[in-house]
Amino acid sequence: MKKIIEKLSIHSVLIFVSLLSIFPFLWLISTSLKGGGENIFAYPPQIIPTDFTWANYSGVWDRVDFIRYFVNSIIVAGGTVLLNLIFSAMAGYPLARMEFKGKKITFFAILATIMIPFQAIMLPVYLITLKLNMVDGVNNIAGYMGLILPFAVSAFGIFLMRQAFLGIPREIEEAAIVDGCNVVQVFTMVLLPMIKPTIAVLAIFTFIGSWGEFLWPSIVLTKESMYTLPVGINNLQGMFSSNWRYIAAGSIISIIPIIIFFLSLQKYFISGENEGAIKG
Amino acid sequence: MLKYYSKYAPYLFLLPAGIVLVIFFFIPFFQTIILSFQDYSTDIYTPAFIGIGNYTKLLHNPTFYKVLLNTFIYLIIAVPILAIIPLFLAILVNQKIRGATLYKILIYLPVIVSIVVAAIAFKWLYAEHGILNYLISTLGMQSIGWLTDPKYALYSVIIVTIWKGIGYYMIIYLAALMSVPKELYEACDIDGANFLTKHLTVTIPHIMPTIALVTTISAISAMKVFAEIYVMTKGGPLNSSKTIVYYIYERAFENLDLGFASAMSVVLLIIVMILSFVNIFCFERNRYQL
Repeated sequence: MKKIIEKLSIHSVLIFVSLLSIFPFLWLISTSLKGGGENIFAYPPQIIPTDFTWANYSGVWDRVDFIRYFVNSIIVAGGTVLLNLIFSAMAGYPLARMEFKGKKITFFAILATIMIPFQAIMLPVYLITLKLNMVDGVNNIAGYMGLILPFAVSAFGIFLMRQAFLGIPREIEEAAIVDGCNVVQVFTMVLLPMIKPTIAVLAIFTFIGSWGEFLWPSIVLTKESMYTLPVGINNLQGMFSSNWRYIAAGSIISIIPIIIFFLSLQKYFISGENEGAIKG
Repeated sequence: MLKYYSKYAPYLFLLPAGIVLVIFFFIPFFQTIILSFQDYSTDIYTPAFIGIGNYTKLLHNPTFYKVLLNTFIYLIIAVPILAIIPLFLAILVNQKIRGATLYKILIYLPVIVSIVVAAIAFKWLYAEHGILNYLISTLGMQSIGWLTDPKYALYSVIIVTIWKGIGYYMIIYLAALMSVPKELYEACDIDGANFLTKHLTVTIPHIMPTIALVTTISAISAMKVFAEIYVMTKGGPLNSSKTIVYYIYERAFENLDLGFASAMSVVLLIIVMILSFVNIFCFERNRYQL
């Protein structure tokens, strides 16, 4: 009997918290499906629309170039992930496996960058990006580079890779060397395939971080055609001022891709094995 | 082990990452410090070296104290809540219950969704004739200007930050809970200890390092909040919800007062670097294998 009461109370707490977690989204969905004949400020509020319509979705879709925002977000997040994987793996390898002059200093210099918050240095980063002509005013490619390159590598990724390389037994490498592999072959054909799980984790979490990034793109972007999804969605507020039906519909459209991504890879996020692998 | 690489190889492998870190971390880091000693407010193209002028300006600026206080309120509210509630939830989902995965997915969902959409969703909940004001009216209370009343705006934004962080820290705790030896719980069950004593005597002492870790990372991210404020209140009304990063952004990119903004960035740098230092050398030694 005591057990049943215990289980019941656990479930009720968790159901309550789960509802709190998703309610803001449910309320947006509800608003987005209400037609002009229904007062969205009605008291008491109605979760189930009485004047049900898809019109807000088609309306906002016609006025806002979501495909464009989505493509921009894919290019930026994809480019950021790709460069992070390559640069982090390359840097992690010598830190884990080679002896060289200045290794300790390099190690601590990289570690030090973890302590520097981007928000405190964003102004000079912006000035440098301007100076390198990596802004959308020059052309779109330059604009993408300006969005990607400041985040092309993170100390966090380098240490994650280093740790993965440290976990590989030395004998495997030695066997490859005896077989005549050179250093590039050892790296690309022997070591990299062995750290695939770590590569997947770094890719997924870098993607999520880049996809949701708002501060940097809102600083550097000047052209609407270059907007990533978060910047574009924030812009909806100005476009439709108090048309909450459209703002709600646009917001819901914008989160569909990332929710699909999350649900299909949920074990990486909630298993707890990759704790802390997201950038803060 | 035989040396199979040339003496240049390690540097070549480190080069791409090194270039990015130098251009986008180290140079900006030192430039922030240099800019903080220069005056841009009179002429943006020919800055003058003014020593600690920006810092004295900072110390005489009431808004600076206001944003520091707001950031401090952010910390003392958000950090304890994010250290405790996710732990409690992690213990609950870690029990042998049905639907644990579904609960985890739902509670983690706010972490995944862009902060911009989260902030818009809450702005809608907080609307003048919105659903939250309806709820409190059923309790017999007056409507609240959640985002428009200087008394409440900061707290309304803090709620969003907390709501978005709970799932993230819950998963961190969940990982730590897996490392608590099962035998200890079994011993408790034999002694007939109840749910609360069991976790107070076994779980909490065991995962104390993780609690400390969550405290420092949530403090670091509370120092850096920006997007929720930008989307919901723009720091207003009357600076009531303005925090340090938002004020840096405003002074740097809207007022183009680069020196003043940089002096404030240096203050932010110092606070965050102290927190990160504690974090790395006390709680995350294993990750970096120091």
